[in-house]
Amino acid sequence: MSSLERADVARLAALARIDMTDADLDRLSGQLSAIVDAVATLEEVADADVPATSHPIPMANVERDDVVMPSLTPEEALAAAPQAEGGRYRVPQILGEDA
Amino acid sequence: MSDMTVPADLVRMTAAQMADALAAGEITSTALTQAHLDRIAAVDGDIHAFLYVNTERALETASAVDADRAAGVSLPRLAGVPIGIKDVLVTKGLPTTAGSRILEGWIPPYDSTVAAKVREARMPILGKTNMDEFAMGSSTEHSAFGPTHNPWDLDRIPGGSGGGSAAALAAFESPLTIGSDTGGSIRQPAAVTATVGVKPTYGGVSRYGAIALASSLDQLGPCGRTVLDTALLHEVMGGHDPKDATSLREPVPGAVAAALEGASGDLTGIRIGVIKELGGEGYQDGVRQRFEEALDAARGAGAEIVEVSCPSFVYALAAYYLILPAEASSNLAKFDGVRFGLRVERDTIERTMAATRAQGFGDEVKRRVILGTYALSAGYYDAYYGSAQKVRTLIQRDFDAAFAQAHVLVSPTAPTTPFKLGERIDDPLAMYLNDVATIPANLAGIPGMSIPAGLAPEDGLPVGFQLLAPAHEDARLYRVGGAIEALLTDAWGGPLSALAPDLEVAK
Repeated sequence: MSSLERADVARLAALARIDMTDADLDRLSGQLSAIVDAVATLEEVADADVPATSHPIPMANVERDDVVMPSLTPEEALAAAPQAEGGRYRVPQILGEDA
Repeated sequence: MSDMTVPADLVRMTAAQMADALAAGEITSTALTQAHLDRIAAVDGDIHAFLYVNTERALETASAVDADRAAGVSLPRLAGVPIGIKDVLVTKGLPTTAGSRILEGWIPPYDSTVAAKVREARMPILGKTNMDEFAMGSSTEHSAFGPTHNPWDLDRIPGGSGGGSAAALAAFESPLTIGSDTGGSIRQPAAVTATVGVKPTYGGVSRYGAIALASSLDQLGPCGRTVLDTALLHEVMGGHDPKDATSLREPVPGAVAAALEGASGDLTGIRIGVIKELGGEGYQDGVRQRFEEALDAARGAGAEIVEVSCPSFVYALAAYYLILPAEASSNLAKFDGVRFGLRVERDTIERTMAATRAQGFGDEVKRRVILGTYALSAGYYDAYYGSAQKVRTLIQRDFDAAFAQAHVLVSPTAPTTPFKLGERIDDPLAMYLNDVATIPANLAGIPGMSIPAGLAPEDGLPVGFQLLAPAHEDARLYRVGGAIEALLTDAWGGPLSALAPDLEVAK
């Protein structure tokens, strides 16, 4: 495991859809690098022959009766949308110019 | 059943006393709720425990309860007793932000299951309590709306992420509050404010309508000033919910009966395991001293004290800070400026999302989302998330071995008393260390409780005593915690909460 460089943080921020200014990158990349170094102790158990636990109380096949339950009306669901039109969420252009 | 006289200062009663006085017709819910709203108006400018105060609707609920009681309608035990709800829980018609600018002004169109249960219990909702943004933090300093101040010392942190819920109790602004605990966010604030907080067994309380942080760790729980009050709220909140696929099917543990049994102070036949790895170096002297004194009190009441070792706990913090960011980065993807909350408009949806999240999220959220994106990225997944999940297995095995030797395990809740606001805000790793003793319970899914252990001699600030029980055995926390609370309260000559500074005189 390696420390996080500034360029790595910029790439990860783009993947996570968070705009970053140069000042943001300066501030956060040092802190993130220190955190990554601190969690690197886990390498010691990476090869350990133990099963992974993804969920603390295992459950499987959780089902409920197949009946219609009350739900939000379209008006309620759209009430807090930044923009809505014709019963749908309205968003800016989705595809790029060359798509 | 109430033989107490009603004190002039209603807000200083316990929730159990309030419920009894209401049932006996000695007070009305309207007077009780108004007393708390008055207290909030008087002190919350200094404390900032509340992000939203629900004055009119709280009084409406109170007045409806009073009318039903006068008409002889049968009411739930806590009917008319007011409550504060952490802003992580979605509440229909009440603003819900989770402490984030990205949700500022959002009015949810539905109720979380726990909020619905609070309404069914006929409890007036005083308001929504402050928290670190999306519950990421141990001090409430990461709330986008400003920190909460500790009622014991306004310059100090009230813990986090549920600092608002804990401070509201310690400042007598509310007798009961609801919290959420992903790595200690109920127990650590309880410790540093001399209040009580319980993280139930994972799945014991429905999370439907709780704004998710890390789904394999999150659990909602009750907060109060006494073990019995906390037990009363636990029984209101708990139980199976088909809307939450992780909800346990078993009945709510008998928390109230266990708390009442514990109140006798007898611990004969109880084996208490002291976790060797959660103490010693890194723990403040006064924290260790009060912890040892609580153990002595338990020993004196018949408990057998044994030492247990949990060697894998050394990896717990590292595992937690991989699992949590990984899950949080996925859970927070829904904040994209499309369906609710903030939108910072740009020419394409992708640029809109990136600009919205840049403006709407605070630094700690950005750090953790980026860390989680990294931990889940191709080439690192096995080394990070995979290893962290192995550590969870090792920690569960440690707990299994320890619980074979003891009915409950104990440790200090937090390594130190509350530190000063601003002291650790720029040092994320130092901040993360606050939760070193509480995180293992979340990784293993087991229940935990923090009760007041006294004030540290060196600074006069609260110390917390943590109890842990095996999964599904939440009642043990109330049995043993109730007993230790009774023993310590006797030794102090009254509840520790009564010693908190009188905020209205101090002004």
